[in-house]
Amino acid sequence: MNVSVLETLLNQGSFVVTAEIGPPKGSDTTLFSQKAALIKDFADAFNVTDNQTAVVRLSSFSGSLLIKQIGMEPILQMSCRDRNRIALQSDILGAAALGIHNILFVTGDHQIMGNHPQSKGVFDIDSIQLIHIAKRLSKDGYFQNGEEVKRGKPTVFIGGVSNPFASPQSYRVNRLEKKAQAGAQFIQTQSVFNLERFAVFMDMVYEQGLHKDLFILAGITPIKSEKMLNRMKYHVPGVDIPDNIYNRLMNASDFQHESLIITLDMIKEIQRLKGVSGIHITALFWEDIIPKIIKEAGLLPRPSID
Amino acid sequence: MPLGSIYILGCSECATLCKTGGKDEVEQMKQQLESAGYTINGTFVLDPACHKKNSRHLLRSELAIIQGSDHILVLACGDGLQVVASLFPDNHVVSGTDTLFLGAEDKRYVFGRRCDLCGTCIAESFNGICPIGRCPKHMLNGPCGGAMDGHCELSHDYPCVWLEIIEKADKINQRDTIRSIQPPHNWKTSLTQHIGDEE
Repeated sequence: MNVSVLETLLNQGSFVVTAEIGPPKGSDTTLFSQKAALIKDFADAFNVTDNQTAVVRLSSFSGSLLIKQIGMEPILQMSCRDRNRIALQSDILGAAALGIHNILFVTGDHQIMGNHPQSKGVFDIDSIQLIHIAKRLSKDGYFQNGEEVKRGKPTVFIGGVSNPFASPQSYRVNRLEKKAQAGAQFIQTQSVFNLERFAVFMDMVYEQGLHKDLFILAGITPIKSEKMLNRMKYHVPGVDIPDNIYNRLMNASDFQHESLIITLDMIKEIQRLKGVSGIHITALFWEDIIPKIIKEAGLLPRPSID
Repeated sequence: MPLGSIYILGCSECATLCKTGGKDEVEQMKQQLESAGYTINGTFVLDPACHKKNSRHLLRSELAIIQGSDHILVLACGDGLQVVASLFPDNHVVSGTDTLFLGAEDKRYVFGRRCDLCGTCIAESFNGICPIGRCPKHMLNGPCGGAMDGHCELSHDYPCVWLEIIEKADKINQRDTIRSIQPPHNWKTSLTQHIGDEE
């Protein structure tokens, strides 16, 4: 059995559900733990974001430990924006030592998008280089500089992200291919609203056989409000909300009900696509909808290890 | 800057091209400062400011006036500014420009960033286009997920440099070169503080 429950479930062929939990903008974790407990039985592993959108929050490391303590499977997120290769490798060792074995490596939103736009970004390495460093550390036992790891290679189930909707579309599969080459084992995609475009992307992935090297989890986001919809459509880089979905939500008599229907339909469509191993739910400021989605999508009970 | 006497220095090269420290801007600055109550002891456009030996030579006849000024205002890049500061170690030196980047004039009076002077040139891997100088995240393995419709995630006014890299690679049948993983960059060379042997 693998140390990572997530890896074991994916290897045994379960249709996996992961969900995102954003850590608090402060050190009181009462609400964070409550939110986590609420969705504990409705997903298999939980991403704890690393200062997402470049806004300072409680660290992903602390958040991952907190949810691990209440029996949840954490996916630690690590971005290249705030730390160089020394700090990142150190954190990989630290995470493994504390029993956190799923790590999602991202380049990170630029600091100018966040709440400290005057800060200096690091960007010593990019996500693909970091994935490769994690692979060398965990599978081969070497640091980036070529020195050998002493006293224990870290056990890491290596994750990355993919945005099938970013430009240029022709290069998106190349970039995914690079992530596989670098050593990624699972991928969480940007939230899918444009199903047509996602299906084209998955066709290309399937044709190239990349789904054999990578477990791909499709991003799902139920949109909570009109305000959130507008923010995501017009202000969040990398999000593609087609006009038909936008108009359907804007014209709905019950916004949240319509949003739920769209989300459930999307899950159903995505389950039909070849090469998809699961879904990744990011319910921004609407985590308490997750149990309902999972239940109504027929994804209960969550699988256990064979 | 407290009221007093000022000597203004400009530069014949980049600051002239950028219209921040050429003859005209030095003259405009002189008039503005005079109307704000400062005394202008003199002005000079160095040719160029970064040429230390030449600047020292050019300012020989102005030496006493400059040294006797309360402030030396430099309308040149950060390099020219520091050359002037080294020539006048006992004077208060003020920077009149904010040096942004090593770039090129893409269109008349429109400038674009090109090079970050990192000391280890890898532009050959991208057919002469540098993602270190031109991508705000130094992405060496393709465009980030924030690049939408050809724009950088920082601003719709910035085109994503990776589009240019990919287009050029396709044009000259080099797509395979940008499909292989580019290793972590060597930033050590960017710390080089001086170079060259004394004669």
